[in-house]
Amino acid sequence: MSILVNRETRVVVQGITGREGSFHTEQCVAYGTKVVAGVTPGKGGETANGIPVFNTVAEAVEKEGANASLIFVPPAFSGDAVLESASAGIELVVCITEGIPTVDMIKVKDALRGTGVRMVGPNCPGVITPGQCKMGIMPGFIHMEGRVGVISRSGTLTYEAVAQLTELGIGQSTCIGIGGDPVIGSTFLDLLRLFNDDPETDAVVLIGEIGGSAEEEAAEYIGREMKKPVVSFIAGQTAPPGKRMGHAGAIIAGGKGTAAEKVSALEKAGVIVSSSPADIGAKVAEVLGL
Amino acid sequence: MKIHEYQAKELLRQYGVPVPDGGVAFTSEEAREIAARLNTRAVVKAQIHAGGRGKAGGVQLVSTPDEAASTAGELLGKSLVTYQTGPEGQVVSRVLVEGALGIASELYLGMVIDRATERVVVMASTEGGVEIEKVAAETPEKILKQYADPALGLMPYQARLLAFGLGLQGKTASAAASFIMKLYQLFVDKDCSLAEINPLVILEDGGVIALDAKLNFDDNALYRHPEVTDLRDLTEEEPLEIEASEYGLSYIKLDGNVGCMVNGAGLAMATMDIIKLAGGEPANFLDVGGAAKEESVTNAFRIILADENVKAVLVNIFGGIVRCDIVAQGVVNAARNLDVKVPVVVRLEGTNAEEGLKLIEESGMKFVTAKGLKTAAENAVKAATGQEV
Repeated sequence: MSILVNRETRVVVQGITGREGSFHTEQCVAYGTKVVAGVTPGKGGETANGIPVFNTVAEAVEKEGANASLIFVPPAFSGDAVLESASAGIELVVCITEGIPTVDMIKVKDALRGTGVRMVGPNCPGVITPGQCKMGIMPGFIHMEGRVGVISRSGTLTYEAVAQLTELGIGQSTCIGIGGDPVIGSTFLDLLRLFNDDPETDAVVLIGEIGGSAEEEAAEYIGREMKKPVVSFIAGQTAPPGKRMGHAGAIIAGGKGTAAEKVSALEKAGVIVSSSPADIGAKVAEVLGL
Repeated sequence: MKIHEYQAKELLRQYGVPVPDGGVAFTSEEAREIAARLNTRAVVKAQIHAGGRGKAGGVQLVSTPDEAASTAGELLGKSLVTYQTGPEGQVVSRVLVEGALGIASELYLGMVIDRATERVVVMASTEGGVEIEKVAAETPEKILKQYADPALGLMPYQARLLAFGLGLQGKTASAAASFIMKLYQLFVDKDCSLAEINPLVILEDGGVIALDAKLNFDDNALYRHPEVTDLRDLTEEEPLEIEASEYGLSYIKLDGNVGCMVNGAGLAMATMDIIKLAGGEPANFLDVGGAAKEESVTNAFRIILADENVKAVLVNIFGGIVRCDIVAQGVVNAARNLDVKVPVVVRLEGTNAEEGLKLIEESGMKFVTAKGLKTAAENAVKAATGQEV
């Protein structure tokens, strides 16, 4: 009952011996995620928290059967890390790293096109299928197994929405933080398609924010093809134009990318848009008739 | 990151892109010397990061070195108010003095990263010298576009398509195509987020030159461009925002009276939004970051309270990896050390929220704790207007 990851997912952590990498690997393992390998070039043969470390992702795939990679390497090396995973046959790459130059991501995405490799992030909390696999930095305990999908450009605001759902007894199928950068691996549109086809997801929560036009593109798809109810919240209704609101991608530029435009596009597509971030869970309960 | 026009033109010059002869002056005497060296009619242009300088009187034509000096003297030290600066304006600390040109026509050239196609898009238009957003909204067919392949880069034929598409001919078309290719090279080499030449001028002799130049840079890529980072002019930025960035905090000053301290950019925006929904106005955006340690909490408080409009503070923390009890201890210590006088509403959720709230309540200080985002925002708005909560 999920998309992207489940209890069969075999995770390799790139940058497993770094501070962030090692801390979050421990957290993921504690949640029950199958972390089968780590990669740190030059530290092959060592172990980290009992997990074998390899010099290359290819070895991790060959020896441990890794099929998903979680990336914690610094921004200057992240693009390379993504492409290494892709070349080694990894199917899902989740990049947590914040601060990757946009031009690097443009090249990486272009190289991934047509390979079938799915990327999530960068600058994101990762992916979790509650009760099965936590591939990221989100707090596992706020989640609950269930049938609502969550897609969000944010980190803590996603946790806020998830906690509201759990509080109301509404579990989640899979929750994905897609990242706050202008160019990201998987978009709302990519993941809506997966949720639309997932027999075990009944509704989707879409949390957007100012900047870009990903919400508008999602709205266009929802209006045309989405078979399941979608509830949304767009952050930044009060954000001033021309200012980058923390996330590299959260900026109203040239009068474009405002919350109002996004809300209007989503509502036109039949999405229930919550004007308050405190009512996301309640709106989901409403559309599910709970 | 933004830089001044004269700095952008210096970079253009390094890439072989034609720009007018001139120089930057910090005093009227320097302006006189530059004008004398140019030995022609000149233009004195106020250097501030905001657009709309021409209409605000920040760009003046002068005929003699003496006139250049007096015009520079009038501009320097004055606050220039444009539609982008806000009512308080921006103080002019330097002017660009350039030789005046024999202009035949004014075009537009711009490059940005197009988020929808995930490519660098090069835009050109015959509607030069005006706001391109207006052209895009009213007559989008007048903007020609070419998208650069991420692996190959912009190809020369694409630059030619733009040049001929603008109606240029002969050597002028070749000069424009070459201009576009060189500017694109600069854009990718330096990790620009925007390059705008408005207007791009066709000279009476058929030459092509950048009359104005605006370059913005991708902050995430500055680590590999120390030469660009050196061009940053801190006097153009909000002092509190600079201070915040030194502490790794993301802060943006707004006009309201409810200060916000939040972890995470999305939640910080949502907190501003809910303050507005509760009938108040947020005083700022502030993301204390993923690792909200005691020190960053103290710094965050100091920055929020440095804004005199702030009448109440809303602390909204969703503990994930960050533990609420650690943040709570930081809030208590900061409030004590900084002798915080305004009411502070604290909402903690997630990891160790209960322990955190206990610390807050047992601190003996006048905090208001709230369960839930809505109640927290309502309490903060009430507190800011002097009501009992």
